Amino acid sequence: MLTPADIETLLLTFKVASLATALMLLLGTPLAWWLARTRSGWKGIINAVVALPLVLPPTVLGFYLLVLMGPAGAVGKITTWLGLGSLPFTFAGLVIASVLYSMPFVVQPLQASFTSIGAQPLEAAATLRAGPLDTFFSIVVPLAKPGFMTGAILGFAHTVGEFGVVLMVGGNIPDKTRVVSVQIYNHVEALEYSEAHWLAGCLLVFSFSVLLVLYTVLKTQPVAHPLK
Amino acid sequence: MSFNCLKSLLLTLNLFSKSIFLTLFLVSFSAIALAETTLVAVAANFGQPMAEISGAFKKATGHSAKLSLGSSGKFVAQFESGAPFEVFLSADNEKPLKLEHAGLTVPGSRFTYAVGKLALWSATAGLVDGQGQILDKGGFKHLALADPKLAPYGAAAIEVMKNKGLLKKLQPLFVEGENIAQTHQFVRTGNAELGFLALSQIIDNGKIITGSGWIVPENLHSPILQDAVLLKTGEKNPAASALLQFLKSPEALAIIEKYGYGLPKSK
Repeated sequence: MLTPADIETLLLTFKVASLATALMLLLGTPLAWWLARTRSGWKGIINAVVALPLVLPPTVLGFYLLVLMGPAGAVGKITTWLGLGSLPFTFAGLVIASVLYSMPFVVQPLQASFTSIGAQPLEAAATLRAGPLDTFFSIVVPLAKPGFMTGAILGFAHTVGEFGVVLMVGGNIPDKTRVVSVQIYNHVEALEYSEAHWLAGCLLVFSFSVLLVLYTVLKTQPVAHPLK
Repeated sequence: MSFNCLKSLLLTLNLFSKSIFLTLFLVSFSAIALAETTLVAVAANFGQPMAEISGAFKKATGHSAKLSLGSSGKFVAQFESGAPFEVFLSADNEKPLKLEHAGLTVPGSRFTYAVGKLALWSATAGLVDGQGQILDKGGFKHLALADPKLAPYGAAAIEVMKNKGLLKKLQPLFVEGENIAQTHQFVRTGNAELGFLALSQIIDNGKIITGSGWIVPENLHSPILQDAVLLKTGEKNPAASALLQFLKSPEALAIIEKYGYGLPKSK
């Protein structure tokens, strides 16, 4: 059965994933919008940077985040200067690392749906004297709703399943950075297989339900990730 | 007469060279037949000394050892699922014992090959004093150690803090590495100001390389015994048992000591 410590890790995981998803939507929407509309030469480079976490092994990403966010790293120096201290081993650090790691899963579906809207509805809105913000919220958001749903669900689910990054920057602190994937790993390492089975079962049921919703209720095309 | 003499001389020479050739052939053949390869699962903390030992092993016996580094817990799960490893050098003494009870090892093959030494280390010079009084004084935000549930070095660190009566005070500052190598990363990158590591990670030629450290006296924790065992899969491979024998040789023991490990008490 699940121990109280296991349940704690589940709750923490959902907390990290919810916060990270909210942040990713907040940051990812303008980024995806820019990527969908721009003709700038930077587009290719930014696209590549956003997609990098899909390719880099998570432990590699995690290790360099540990170095960068550490007191001797560039980001660490800035956060220390701001009086925030260094980020590894903190809940905030974990959320930030998750945002970087799962960002492509949010940006790419959004970018795809923004692109598919095309220029026409926007021009029509402009002729009716709708301002850019009005156009965005009254035209773009409703039309891009599948993109928002897909991005949010994939971003959330991917953060729940992350392991390598957390292992590197987390420090396995109960209630702060010990998430469910790390807990399962620790159970296996400690040869506590039945505890591991229980937690892994929970994660499996969760992941399957999420994907089921994604592919049946929302009717998303089944692809490994919506790279477009 | 002289012709006959020459002829017999040639014949002798011919026979002689043939026999030399045959001898050489047999010797080389037997060397090929004897030179086996064994697959070894090595606890990550013992990777460096083991690489050097396997080099010496090859020179001394002609056998070669292929090393796979990993965490002991993962290895146990792999052995249980039929992994082809023949020799296991664990980071502790519990897992080899457990494997023995499960009937996966050759009975009587288990022994302690090295004794781990614990050190409190910081990448900052002068931070950790020679008596480890910094633990008492404080003034740091994070104390790194390996997960005590998984890694014997972590469990030993807990014992040290318990014995000094500091566990309660220091516990909120813990950051745990999944293994001792990751714990080293935390401290090395300065993310944790100090941490309990294996002496072998920070030592070169008997001296602590950089930063500052305290070699924890062995009376503050129970000994960190690292045991080796011959797995059933390696029962018939002469290279596997030869390697375990070689680990007890003076040559191997010198290497083990050089890398900051204590030697097993001779029985």
